[in-house]
Amino acid sequence: MDRRDLLKTLGAGAALPILGTPGSPPQDPPTPQGPPWTGPAGTETDPDLLRAKASWPGILTGPELATLTALCDVIIPADEKSPAASAVGVPDYINEWASAPYDYQRSALVTIRGGLIWLDGESNRRFGKPFTSLSDAEKAAICDDICYEPRAKPEFKAGAAFFDLIRNLTASGFYTTREGMKDLQYLGNVPSQRWDGPPPEVLKHLGLAE
Amino acid sequence: MSASSRKTQVQYDAIVVGSGAGGGMAALHLTVNGLKVLMLEAGRNYDPVRETPMFQLPKDAPLRGDSTPGKPFGFFDATVDGGWRVPGEPYTNAPGSNFLWWRSRMLGGRTNHWGRIAPRMGPYDFKPRSRDGLGFDWPLTYDDLEPYYDKTEALIGVYAHSESLENTPVSRNGTQLPPPKPRAFELLTRKFCQPLGIPVIPAPIAVLTQKQDAEKWPAKLFPGNALAQRVIRDSMRSRQACFYATDCGRGCSIKANFQSPTVLIPPALATGNLTIVPNAMVREVTLDNRGRASGVNYVDKTTRAEVRARARIVVLAASACETARIMLNSKSSLFPNGIANGSGLVGRYLMDTVGAGIGGQIPALENLPPHNDEGTTRHHLYIPWWLYGEQKASRMNFARGYHVEFGGTRGMPGPGIFSGLEHYTDGAYGTRFKQEARRYYGSFVWFDGRGEMIPNDDSYCELDPTIVDQWGIPVLRFHWKWSSHENNQAAHMIKTFAQIIESMGGKVGGKVEPDGSKLIAKGGEMIHEVGTVRMGDDPKSSVLNPFCQAWDVKNLFVTDGAPFVSNADKNPTISILALAWRTCDHIVAEMKRGNV
Repeated sequence: MDRRDLLKTLGAGAALPILGTPGSPPQDPPTPQGPPWTGPAGTETDPDLLRAKASWPGILTGPELATLTALCDVIIPADEKSPAASAVGVPDYINEWASAPYDYQRSALVTIRGGLIWLDGESNRRFGKPFTSLSDAEKAAICDDICYEPRAKPEFKAGAAFFDLIRNLTASGFYTTREGMKDLQYLGNVPSQRWDGPPPEVLKHLGLAE
Repeated sequence: MSASSRKTQVQYDAIVVGSGAGGGMAALHLTVNGLKVLMLEAGRNYDPVRETPMFQLPKDAPLRGDSTPGKPFGFFDATVDGGWRVPGEPYTNAPGSNFLWWRSRMLGGRTNHWGRIAPRMGPYDFKPRSRDGLGFDWPLTYDDLEPYYDKTEALIGVYAHSESLENTPVSRNGTQLPPPKPRAFELLTRKFCQPLGIPVIPAPIAVLTQKQDAEKWPAKLFPGNALAQRVIRDSMRSRQACFYATDCGRGCSIKANFQSPTVLIPPALATGNLTIVPNAMVREVTLDNRGRASGVNYVDKTTRAEVRARARIVVLAASACETARIMLNSKSSLFPNGIANGSGLVGRYLMDTVGAGIGGQIPALENLPPHNDEGTTRHHLYIPWWLYGEQKASRMNFARGYHVEFGGTRGMPGPGIFSGLEHYTDGAYGTRFKQEARRYYGSFVWFDGRGEMIPNDDSYCELDPTIVDQWGIPVLRFHWKWSSHENNQAAHMIKTFAQIIESMGGKVGGKVEPDGSKLIAKGGEMIHEVGTVRMGDDPKSSVLNPFCQAWDVKNLFVTDGAPFVSNADKNPTISILALAWRTCDHIVAEMKRGNV
C-alpha cells in the first residue's frame, strides 16, 4: 500500500458517530471494502502459491546427472504398473532439490556429489567401467552392499548413507507425480458433496464390518 | 518527517490491534454494534478466496512443497512472512531457554493455517487450583463461558461429538454440526482402544460438514440487531460446506473452515464500520493526561514512518506474546514498567501446550482396498483425556490431562513419503521397493499428545534491553522451563501410544523413551502460547479484570490468548473466540453506560 492509499483508507473512516443503534439498519447499506489487495510479494517468505517455481539453477553437471539417472532407475525401475523414475523427471527434481539455496540442502549436496564420484569409483574398481555402463547385475552387486546402512560393512557406511538419501529423494520425486500417485492408487484430491466413510470392502478387510 | 505530522486526524471508537481470532472477533462484534473500528494488522492484506492453492499438487511447488526456512510448514502452508523466524523481527532467549515463537504477518494471522481443532474447555479447566492445588483459578466458570461457546460455534461452524464426557462438554443447544464418518484407521484405532479403556470420539473441528443455517442463526445470535443479522446472514450464505478435498492448512477458498479473513472480517467490513490498515506494526499504546489509553503509535511498514492513531478504547489482540510486548513497550511516567502493569505481571506465566508423539506401522492396514480417505483432511476422531479419576485419586505422577490427535490415511503423497521405509523392508530397492511401497502405503499411524502445562514462575517473556527489531521496537526475550508435571505427562503419552500401537498388532517406530524431558517439545513449539496478561479477581495478582479489561486503564482490553489463567489441554482458539465475544459484550455495555 502506498501513502495515497493509506490516506484514502484512513479517510474512509472519517465519520465519528459515538455509538450506533444496534436495532436500526444503516441508511445506505455500505459495500464491504477492505484495504487494497496486491497479492503475494513473491519473496521467499511470501511466494505466489498459485504460480510457483524454483528460482535457482541446477548445480549438478551432465555427467553427474547421467550417473544419478542410472541410480534413480535402479531404485525405481519401470514395471507393469508404472514407469521408471527417470521417465517422470525424478533426476531433475533431485537436481532442483540438491541445488536449493538452503543450509540443509547445501549440506546434502556434498553427500550427493561425493556419493556420485564414489559410485563411479567403486564401479571402476570392481568392473573397470563407470556406473552408467554396468549391467543390471553389476549395478545390483554394488547396491546390495549399500542399500541398508545398519547392515552395511564399515567401508560401505558412507555409500549407504548416500544411497539412503537418493532412495528417499527418488521416492519423493516419483510418488508426487501423477504416475506415482496412480501407482499407489491414491484417490484423493477430488471434491465431493458427500462423505460416506470407508467403503464396505475396506471395513471387511479390517474385520470391522457389521 | 516527524511523527506528529503523520498523526491521523480521525478518531475511532475503537482500535483493534491484530486480525486473527481475537482481533477478528473484536472487530466483528464492535462494528455490528455501531462502533467505528480501526483494525491494525502487522502483515499484509491477505485474501483466502483469491490466494488459496486449492488442489495444487506437490509437483506444482518448489521442492515438491517441502519445508524451507521461509516456509517452515511447507510451501502451501497458509503462513505469510512468518514461521519460527520473521525477517527483521527477531526475538531472543535467556541463557538456558529455547522458546520458539511462531508468527504470521498476514490478515487473519495464524487462523489461516491453524489445525481447526476446537474443543471447549470444561468445568474443571476453569478452576484447576481448586481441584488440585496447582496453578491458578480463572475468575469465571464454565457456566459463564458456555453461552459464548454455543454462540461462537454457531457463528463459525464446528463439528463435534454429540454427548459430553467428563470435563469434555459439548453444546446442549445444538450449536455444533454433525461429525463426518470416521476413516478406516480411525475405526481400527477405536476398536483397539476400547479394551484399554481409552475413549475415541468424534473430534471437535471448525469445518462445515453442512452449510450453515443462514435463516436461523443470525436472529438467534444477534437478537434485535438488524445490521448484525444482515451481515452474518450474507456471510453464512457465502460459505460452502466442506467438499472433502485439499488440505485445510492451506486455508480454504470456499470458506468451509474457520479463518478470520473468511468468517469474521468480511461481515465486519460489510457493516461499513471497519477500516483495516495492514502493514501497521504497533509499537505502543498511548496515554492521555487522565491516564486513559488515547490510541496507539504504529510503524507503517511501507513508509517506515511512525503513525499515531486515536480512539476511545484500545483492544489488544496481537497474540499473547506480541500483546505483552506492546504493553511492556508502552512506558510512561504513570506506568514506567509498561501500561496497566501495576501488578508487574505483564509477560509472566507464559504457557504453551505439552507436545510429544510417536508413530507406528500397522500390518492390518497394509494392502487396504484403494479408496479415498481424505475426508475433511482434519481429524474425524480424537481421544479426549480420560484419567481424571486416577489423577483425582493421586495415582499419577502428573496433575493435568492431555488429549490425543492421531493420524494415518492414504493421504496425498508428499516429499519424504517413504523415508524410513528401509527399516521395514531391509533396504529394498528396485522392483521390490515399488511392491513394498504399495504394501505399506497407508499403513502408518501416529499419535500426538497435547497436554496441559501448569503456569510457573520460570516461564515468561520480558523486553530484551539491548535488541530492537527493524522497526526500532524493543524485542522480547523468553525464559522457559517445564516442570516434572509436564515431563512426566510426555512420558505417559509415549508409553500409552506405544501400548495402543502394539495392541493394534503394530510396531512402534523407534524406541520408547522413558524420560519425558527428552520427549517433550520445546516451549512454544505447539503454537499455543497463552497467558502473559492474565485476568483475575484481584488487581494485585492479575492484569485484567474478569472481563479482560485492564484494572489500571479502564479503556484498554485484551481479546487474544494473553488473558488465559491456565492452558488446559483444549486447543485455545475456540476459547479465545468465545472469551473475545464476551469481552466485546462488556465493552459495548460499558460504552453505552458511558463508563469507558
